[in-house]
Amino acid sequence: MRPSHVNAMRRTWLLVYVVALMLPIAWMALMSLRPNQDILGSFTWWPENFSLDNYRTIFTDASWYTGYLNSIQYTLLNMVLSLAVALPAAYAFSRYRFLGDNHLFFWLLTNRMAPAAVFLLPVFQLYQNVGLFDTPLAVALAHMLFNVPLAVWILEGFMSSVPRSIDETALIDGYRFPRFFLRVFLPLIRSGVGVAAFFCFMFSWVELLLARTLTSVNAKPIAVTMTRTVSASGLDWGLLTAAGTLTLIPGALVIWFVRKHIAKGFALGRV
Amino acid sequence: MLELVGIEKVVDVEPWLTSVDLVLERGLNVLAGPTLAGKTTLMRIAAGLDTPTAGSVVANGEDVTRRSVRDRDVAFVYQEFVNYPSMTVFENIASPLRRRERLSSSELRQRVGEAAELLALGPYLDRRPDELSGGQQQRVAIARALVRETSLLILDEPLANLDYKLREELREELNRIFVERDSVVIYSTSEPVEALTLGGRTVVMHEGAILQVGPAVEAYHRPATSQVARVFSDPPMNLLRCAVRHGSIVLPGGIEVPRPGHLVGVDDTEVILGLRPHLITVADPDGGALEVGGELLLAELTGSATYLHVRSGESGSLIAELPGVHSHSIGEHLHLYIRPESLYAFAADDGRLLASPDQAVLSGG
Repeated sequence: MRPSHVNAMRRTWLLVYVVALMLPIAWMALMSLRPNQDILGSFTWWPENFSLDNYRTIFTDASWYTGYLNSIQYTLLNMVLSLAVALPAAYAFSRYRFLGDNHLFFWLLTNRMAPAAVFLLPVFQLYQNVGLFDTPLAVALAHMLFNVPLAVWILEGFMSSVPRSIDETALIDGYRFPRFFLRVFLPLIRSGVGVAAFFCFMFSWVELLLARTLTSVNAKPIAVTMTRTVSASGLDWGLLTAAGTLTLIPGALVIWFVRKHIAKGFALGRV
Repeated sequence: MLELVGIEKVVDVEPWLTSVDLVLERGLNVLAGPTLAGKTTLMRIAAGLDTPTAGSVVANGEDVTRRSVRDRDVAFVYQEFVNYPSMTVFENIASPLRRRERLSSSELRQRVGEAAELLALGPYLDRRPDELSGGQQQRVAIARALVRETSLLILDEPLANLDYKLREELREELNRIFVERDSVVIYSTSEPVEALTLGGRTVVMHEGAILQVGPAVEAYHRPATSQVARVFSDPPMNLLRCAVRHGSIVLPGGIEVPRPGHLVGVDDTEVILGLRPHLITVADPDGGALEVGGELLLAELTGSATYLHVRSGESGSLIAELPGVHSHSIGEHLHLYIRPESLYAFAADDGRLLASPDQAVLSGG
């Protein structure tokens, strides 16, 4: 086959693949722009009675938008806490040899192998007793169980690619450790911090089981709100699809910002 | 003054340094030796970056063995160019001053400017290290080490990763700087030529031990042992096992040569004779040289010389260094000429120097 044919074939397959991936998302986005009767009444691709009512409801009805605020709150909290814990841990794993360091590192990773359901009951019980139940902090802490190991693993890879002689030079120059870490070392692993934060975000934003069990009213995340919209009159299709579309946006934004760092992470073999 | 007393370093049961005793005076001290000689390990211990397994480091009469490098007065230049990638060249050079001395911003600018001027970095102060060439990056690292006059300045093969021209240039600059300094300077190199051009006190190291301490020229002309002669010479000195009898030397092939004047005092025993590669010739204009025939195994061309590796029935393998570039074909039969008056003699048992040739002979070629 001539190269132009090969190229045409490749493009076609790529197109088919992308269309197949995007179809449900596009379908959802278009559905969210139609009123309920319209959705149930006719099967059309393009909205006939175009309306933003569904979105208006979400942004004005507190039972909807607080879901987003709660989700954003515990996701950000989780990102900050996970990094705060993972950065020193990753530095220790990358720079020091101590008894059982490899085993500890592996054990940390095995935490991710357990299904969230395993931790559900003990965490639920514990948080109820210490008064954390139904707070964003509860979800953020529970998610750290999964995010800290991943963040440590990613950061350790980035840190180990920074030569140790930089640490030593800083010591020789007279840096104290905190200043060295913040001013010299962190800028060198910026990409790693970005990638680790991104993975924390991904997990925490999408995770449903722990988030649902550890909250009831005050800290209810958006995903939970969405699963509870089945009313006596049936499913509220328009609202659900609008909420779903809005849920995708933060993820898309975050991916856009960290895409270059992620490529670097792949090059280091840690993503 | 820095004293290293009975320093030993064992890493994973492998001895990297075995009982090193060394007093380093103010001025230039050159550690010379091949890779794995323990130069870097010794320097890291001297600086306080590593602690020795045994022994102690004494600086001006005070034991500082376990003191962190942060609390010592040290500057260190690595073989690979180590700078802070996220800071400008100015900030890189300024960093020891900012951390250790309280200076006004005009004083700071002046001090950094002086160091930058010394290493011709003036035009690059606003750039980041990764925007500079390798030579310039190493200059930045050196400037950072020189900006404060520390009592100990360590340079670990600072020129090894640079190309030939840059190396010559920087070496000259460094020579000038070392003379002006009032610190103990430790400089390591794997090239005997570099140690000879730098001058100063030379410490010849090999396999974690110190072989000889003294002026570079002394280590070159009067190597204490046959090992020094091999290590502190590039290409290494040829060593032949021979017997000395009455009035003559007997080479491995059985050839007898009359004993040259400087070997008269040597007892009649087995000895190791040393022969500098550049004193072997392929012609004998004056006569009186010893002729050795052999087969050419390898001819290496360097910039200005040709190394001939020759296997000879009588004396094993010899390396001859000829000035200029010559073409030879492998397997060719060659006649090499050795002048007996240029031979070194080492004891066969412990390799200590028994007799060395007259310096006039050596310089006369």
